[in-house]
Parts: sequence; structure tokens; C-alpha cells
Amino acid sequence: MLLNRSGKTARDLLRGKTLINLFFEDSTRTRTSFELAGKRLGADVINMSVATSSVNKGETLLDTAATLNAMQCDLLVARHDQSGAPSLLAQKVDAAVINAGDGMHEHPTQALLDALTIRRRKGRLEGLEVAICGDIGHSRVARSNIHLLTAMGSRVRVVGPPTLLPQGVEELGVAVFHDMRAGLAGVDIVMMLRLQRERMAGGQVPSVREFFRFYGLDEEKLSYARPDALVMHPGPMNRGVEIESRVADDPERSLIREQVEMGVAVRMAVLDTLARGPRRNA
Amino acid sequence: MTDTLFRGVRLLDPTAGLDRAGELLVREGKIADLGTALGVPEGAEIIEGSGAVLCPGLVDMRASLGEPGFEYRETITSAAAAAAAGGITTLACLPDSQPAIDDPALVRLLAARGEETGSLTILPYGAVTRGCAGEALAELGLLREAGAVAFSDGARTVGPAQVMRLALSYARGFGAMIVQHPEEPTLAAGGTATEGPLATRLGLAGIPAAAEAIQVARDIRLARLTGGAVHFAHVSTAEALDLIRAAKEDGLAVSCDTAPPYFDLNESAIGDFRTYAKLSPPLRPEADRQAVCRALVDGTIDAIASDHQPRDADDKRLPFAQAAPGGAGLATLLAVTLVLVHNGTLPLQRAIGLLTAGPARLLGVAAGRLSAGAAADLCLFAPERAWQVEAGRLPGKAQNTPFDGRALEGRLLGTWKGGRRVFG
Repeated sequence: MLLNRSGKTARDLLRGKTLINLFFEDSTRTRTSFELAGKRLGADVINMSVATSSVNKGETLLDTAATLNAMQCDLLVARHDQSGAPSLLAQKVDAAVINAGDGMHEHPTQALLDALTIRRRKGRLEGLEVAICGDIGHSRVARSNIHLLTAMGSRVRVVGPPTLLPQGVEELGVAVFHDMRAGLAGVDIVMMLRLQRERMAGGQVPSVREFFRFYGLDEEKLSYARPDALVMHPGPMNRGVEIESRVADDPERSLIREQVEMGVAVRMAVLDTLARGPRRNA
Repeated sequence: MTDTLFRGVRLLDPTAGLDRAGELLVREGKIADLGTALGVPEGAEIIEGSGAVLCPGLVDMRASLGEPGFEYRETITSAAAAAAAGGITTLACLPDSQPAIDDPALVRLLAARGEETGSLTILPYGAVTRGCAGEALAELGLLREAGAVAFSDGARTVGPAQVMRLALSYARGFGAMIVQHPEEPTLAAGGTATEGPLATRLGLAGIPAAAEAIQVARDIRLARLTGGAVHFAHVSTAEALDLIRAAKEDGLAVSCDTAPPYFDLNESAIGDFRTYAKLSPPLRPEADRQAVCRALVDGTIDAIASDHQPRDADDKRLPFAQAAPGGAGLATLLAVTLVLVHNGTLPLQRAIGLLTAGPARLLGVAAGRLSAGAAADLCLFAPERAWQVEAGRLPGKAQNTPFDGRALEGRLLGTWKGGRRVFG
């Protein structure tokens, strides 16, 4: 974190290593974050965006894996719109594969950066009440955060309409709330999620205005949380859909910018750690 | 054709309730006699069974063959080889091929292609709807006349209630049943695993298990309305089985089968996105697997079918949601069913009945029995002999087994079709 903030770079840690950002799905901040993290540690960073519009998505995935393997890359950061795609990639390449978000499955570095952000502000994770709100069902961020925070001893609640909560989510160790005010009562952290516009087409939410009325975070709903509760969002935000600008931009309450900063730091740490491991079949 | 005498075998015939040591004589492609001390006709070939089980050739009431249209996955020739290696001598094949089997000429073609193999009788299902598209009824009468054994839209559910009503009603006039893939289509759309904690953790779109019961409930009601016969394929949930059990008690013309994955595996086989365990319907939680076992014991389930769905590597080496569902099942049908015998769930006679007499009765064909005068379609196996399933080394083209790595007991020693040895 200090290394990240110092403005200096540690060009020797990953010198001579090749990092490829392989993004099958659009991303600005995660890709940039990994790119910066790699460059600050001295890696050679290549960005590859692969269009997912072609019919043969899967073939592209494995063909790309074979190509990258032949190029001898050391670290492969992969994002894909399909759950499990990085796991399939990892079976096919020798490089260390870092999941930068796969379908509705996981986004591990987001959970790590969220945990780091919370711990810096609250001094701990254990015993904190955390409410994750909105479209839990389609959210890899929610899943990774649930795994990490429950493992670290936080008490996690999920808040959203029943149509956006996945079946059996309570078996992941969370408490379920459909009423946002009840769900926010007494929490230390309010973690908002992006509502994908496609969900309206799928009929899971009747309209944006209805969603905002019941599940959008505004100052009134936030008042049910602890007075020192902090607000997070993995971005990009839909202002006026899941979060009101006044809350998102409140420097006293919002950690949203800090999350972005911690993202680079956490990814530097992840890259450094994984680059130390032996390359498989090297 | 020389006579063949099976000696020292355990004769097993579920229809006759036969299970004893004895001999069986094959002459001119038919079973000439069975019993003890039959004597050795001059020039007869003698097969020494050493206590192995000799039972009717298996009748598989649900398999896709890849042909026509998906020959890169499986051809009738390769499927016949796999069937022979699995002890299957009669097989009902699904019509949702390319083109769909919705024309009498195609029914005749498939039956003829089966005869050409010399090892497998193919009983083609006719399509319920044109193109198996779920809209307009196919020419059920003409298909039946051409030899369609029953009607089905294969892996697709006959969705609209009115179409199913007409199908049940019309097919009744030709004495044929409708074989339904029981999965309410709008609930199943887009889903790839059974909805619940596992699918949630893996981030896979779920199909509620209730999608099966909802379809079964509607179709039972339509069977009552029409007097038609409905058969539910690969039933996999406790709730659907309860509905079928009750419908049978009410005397409705309702029957069902299941397939080995649904009594031998549960959803945990998906593990870390294993696409070979991606099936349709999806694998279920353990409680449903146990319910399937109970329904096999109490007779709610009438048959066990392979549900063979050939896929090649390109269909399966994909992210889970994009991979094609379906598992290869011909070569493992017998041995996975015998797991139920070895673990004490079913007596051997019942297990074999679910693979022979049960499906033969549902399909209305004279197969699956050991009696003098019947075609000598036979299957000889050592019930205790162990082997291990290995994808890549299965007979036939399709290697997409959900049982990869599974250790099984029950090794096939030989298969005979019309008295001719076709395997072993």
C-alpha cells in the first residue's frame, strides 16, 4: 500500500516477467488496476481484449490459451463472462492465472481490496456487521465478499428483492433481508452492488424507479445503519439506480475512491506473491 | 448357423422369474431350449459360463445416436459397437436429430440402419411435433405405421398444454405413448445446474428442481383428461416421483424411467465446473438421488435407460454454461445399474428386469426375455468382476461419460444378437 502510494515504483520485483491482461468482457477499472499494479512492479504488461460477440466464444478461449502458453507468459489475468472460465484456462496454461472476474462466480481481488479498505478504516473485520445490497444473484463481487468476510469473522447480511437473491444463499453463511431498512439496521458497512440494466428486461425488477424506491441507497435508508457506517461500491455506479450521488460522494461516509486505490495495492501484492511461485511445467 | 450351447451359466429371466444354474441352447438364431443337462448337439459351439449370468440382451429405451446430423459425435455404427459392448441388443432412439424423425421415411431408414449393423435392433421414436419444435403435431399415424415405437420430442419438452393434450389424445388412437422430457421450459431456460446452494456458490444459473414436478403434474392431468399414455423420461426428483406414484395408484396410464447418473451421482459431481457431469436434467442434490433409489425399489420407476447423449470434446471443453449437456451411457448402463445390486438396494433379478422386461413391456416389443422360441438376444456377464471407467477408452465414439474414473463391478463377457456373437 505504501509502495503504491509513494509514487515510486519497485521495478525490480517483477522485472523480466510478462503479465497479460486477458479480458473477454469489457472492463476499465479492473484492467487498468492490474495494468498499473504490474507496471509499478516492473512487469511487461500486455492488454488483450477479446471480442465475445463471436459465436465460438469457447473455442476462442481455449485457442487463446494455447497461443498465450506458447508465448511464455508468467502471469495471466483473466476476465470472462462465463462462470468457471479462468478455471478452464488454468488447466491449459502454465502461467499463474488470476481470476479478474468470471460470470456470476467470483471476483477474488475485489473481495481482497474491499477487505483491506474496511480493515484500514475499522481496524478489524471480525465482528463487523456488513450488509451487501442489491443484485446479489448476478454478482461475483457479492459471492467473493461473502466467502472472504464470513471467513474473517464478519457477520454478513444480504439485502435485496427475492428475485435478485440466489436460491440457497443463506447456506453461504449470510442472513437474508428483503426490507432494506431492516437490513441496514445497526450495520458498520453498507456495500452496494451495480444493478445491471438487463435485469429489467428479464423481469426480475419491474422498473428502475421502483428499484430505487425500495433498494436504492439514500440518506434516509442509510440513517438506519450505525452513525459511523461506511458506504462501499465496486463500481461502476449507476447513480440514481442503486445509489444516490449525495451518499456516493459524501467524503465522510463513502469509501468508493479509496477502494479503487486499495485495488492497485492489493493487485500488486497478488502479482508479487504469485510470481514467486514456480511456473508449472516450466 | 451352428448351434451354441451355454453351459454352467446362471440363467436369469425376470419375466419368468427364472434364476438358477443351467444351460441354454441357441439354434437358428433363436433360443431352442433352456434348463439343465440339455446334452450337446453335434457340432455345437460351447460357451462355458463358469457361473456367469446369462440374461436377455438389454433393452435401452432412451438413447441419442448422433445420426443423422451429428455424425461427429456418434454414428449408428459406433453406437452399435458401444451398445454391443454394453450388452444392449435393442435400443429406442430419440428423434431430435437433424433432421428430426418426423417423416415415415426416416423411421424406416433408422430401423434399416439398425439391421445393417447386425448387432442392434433400433426402435425409432417418432417426433411428437414437426421438427421437434413443439408446435404442430407430426404425422403420428404415418410414423406409427412406418414403425415408430412411440413418440417423443427427445431432449425437448412438449411445452404448450394444448399441443400435449392433442398429442396424448391423438396418439391414443394409435395405441402409442408420448415420452416426455419433464422440465417446464420457461423455468429451465438458461439454467445449467439445479438451483440451490451449489449453483449459487459456482455462479451458475439454476433450474429449480420443481421444474420437473410442475411439468409432470400438468402432464398427469392431461393424461387424465385425454385417457392417453404418458411416459416421463429420466425422472430425477423426489417430488416428481411422488406425483407419478400417486398417478399410478389412481390407475392412470403413466410410467417413467430414470438413468444411471440420477441414482449413482449427485450434483457434487459437477465439482469445479466438470462439464462431463453437465446433464439434462441437471444432477440433483443427494436427497433426490436417494428418492430415485427408493422409487426403483418400490416399482414407481419402470425402467432404467442409458440416456446416451454423445458429445465430443469441442462440445464439452467449454465454460460450463456453454458446454453441451448430456453424457455417454451405453457402455456403463449395466455396470452402474449393478451398483444397486452390490449395495443391497435391488435384487439382481429386479435390476435386470429394469433393463430388459421393463422397457420391453413399455415399448410393446417382444424382447427382453429368455424363453424357447424367442430371438437369441443374450448378454453374459460376470457380476463381481471389477473394472474402471476411463473416458477416452470407452467403446464407440462418444467418450463423454459422467462416470470417468468410477470403479465398477460387473464385467460384460459377451453379447449375442439373433444367436450371433457381437461382442466378447
